[in-house]
Amino acid sequence: MSLKLTLKKKPTVPVEAESICPDKMEGLGLKDIAALPVHHGNETTTVGDFFKVTGKSNGEIRLEGDTSRFKMVGAAMSKGRILIKGSIGQHVGVAMSGGEIVVTKNADNWVGPEMSGGRIIVKGNAGHMVGCAYRGGQVGVTGGEIIVHGNAGNEIGNTMRDGLIAIGGNSGDFTGVGMLAGTVIVLGKMGQRNGAAMKRGTIVSMEDAEMLPTFTYACSYRPNFLRLYLRHLHDLGLPIKDSWIGGSYHRWSGDSIELNRGEALIFDR
Amino acid sequence: MRIKSTEIVDTFAEAFEMWGTRMIITADAPEWADAAARSVTGFATSVIGCKCEAGVERVLSPDETPDGRPGVSVLLFAFDPDGVANRLVERIGQCVMTCPTTACFNGLEAKKNIVVGGKLRYFGDGYQIGKRLDGARFWRIPVMDGEFVVADRFGVQAAVGGGNILISGASSAACLSAAKAATAAMREVPGVILPFPGGVVRSGSKVGSKYKELPASSNQAYCPTLRGFVPQTNVAKGVGCVLEIVIDGLDLKAVEEAMQRGLHAAVKPGIKQISAGNYGGDLGKYHIGLHGLVGGKVA
Repeated sequence: MSLKLTLKKKPTVPVEAESICPDKMEGLGLKDIAALPVHHGNETTTVGDFFKVTGKSNGEIRLEGDTSRFKMVGAAMSKGRILIKGSIGQHVGVAMSGGEIVVTKNADNWVGPEMSGGRIIVKGNAGHMVGCAYRGGQVGVTGGEIIVHGNAGNEIGNTMRDGLIAIGGNSGDFTGVGMLAGTVIVLGKMGQRNGAAMKRGTIVSMEDAEMLPTFTYACSYRPNFLRLYLRHLHDLGLPIKDSWIGGSYHRWSGDSIELNRGEALIFDR
Repeated sequence: MRIKSTEIVDTFAEAFEMWGTRMIITADAPEWADAAARSVTGFATSVIGCKCEAGVERVLSPDETPDGRPGVSVLLFAFDPDGVANRLVERIGQCVMTCPTTACFNGLEAKKNIVVGGKLRYFGDGYQIGKRLDGARFWRIPVMDGEFVVADRFGVQAAVGGGNILISGASSAACLSAAKAATAAMREVPGVILPFPGGVVRSGSKVGSKYKELPASSNQAYCPTLRGFVPQTNVAKGVGCVLEIVIDGLDLKAVEEAMQRGLHAAVKPGIKQISAGNYGGDLGKYHIGLHGLVGGKVA
């Protein structure tokens, strides 16, 4: 039986709820969990002020109700699972290193910033800055997976150094901007200026994309490694076509204003 | 003990501890996976002469391989983990990476891992790309048909080498027929290989030689042509041919099961005796008694 947090009062302003995390709730009784602090605007309140806490902690936390104004859920999470039955606010899974967060609807901006491990699955759409470094930071995601079934906004994977970000729909502008390594896969169409200033790493898209003039076309070929990724995403429930798994991709190298060791693979046929 | 007209000698196979690994070779088409597997398992019959023993475990369908392409599962054994690592680097580098369209993945989850792709990557001369997916690291090495994908590490575990049976028959034809049936039965067992040509060896050896420089020499006790004058012979009257089948496995149970199946399959008309090779029990860690196998005893 998992721990269930059922929303009883929707906040009027966003709530910073870092304490909603298996690491912080492990071993606590229901009263202690209800007493954990959350920040509502400029006030320190408690989990129990917003949620009815039931069930028993077995490593999984279920959030029910419209939690779209709750930010930083799963912050620094290292284990366990959070199932969000609805939408979630900004910064979900920030700096997480393990475990799994599943959002059944949409996630706001900043999904999994600077995470190093674990997996975040968003069944709906995600906002801007999925898997990024915070402003002023040098390195974004260093491990783990972020899987968005719907669309996502701008700057997906900004300065990521490892890990996987997959977008089932379209992505916004500057996808993979400043990437250091890692893999971004967009099943739909990407916006403009993708891979700008990337040093290393891989950006994949199944739709045509306009590349920056600082990227160089290499060839069309069949990248065997991509089969591993696409089969993995298929197993996670993304609608992967057989033609993508065995298909050919245009390979672009860039960004030549940096190391020029990054790559964009655009599905050919 | 007899099964039909074949005597099962009351003796044991003396097997040794080795270290083993499994590699999964895939390619765009089965023939290329097969070509790489044949090449990577070449000159790998005896660890004494070849530094390792290797063979094809089985052919894999696309739904059994990591990248969804046709594949082949290969087992390789050596005396220690470093030996396995060195042979993998040499053989994958020379025999798999060179073969068009192939990739090579770790096929053994084990507590101990050895670095293979992490060494082969330097062939990329700085253009190689490392990736990590679902906890496993692999390398993309640029080659002339695209990229060679190879796992960074391979699992290695303590294994068993040198399980064997000896088939003594009236004629070469009878022995070959029995050996063919036995090898076919043994290959059904997961986790084993038969490292010799066709799974069969005719030049059974003993430890040492009258010539100092040789570590092993012909086992005259099993040579039918010498039966008349060597000090001691194990060739029964009426036997004109002896063939041995050597089995290496990832664990003792697999080796025993293969021996058991092979022993029963080798009982055919014209087969006088089935025995096993040992060194008196002083050298090998595992003693696999034939009568116990006939009685159904497997570890």
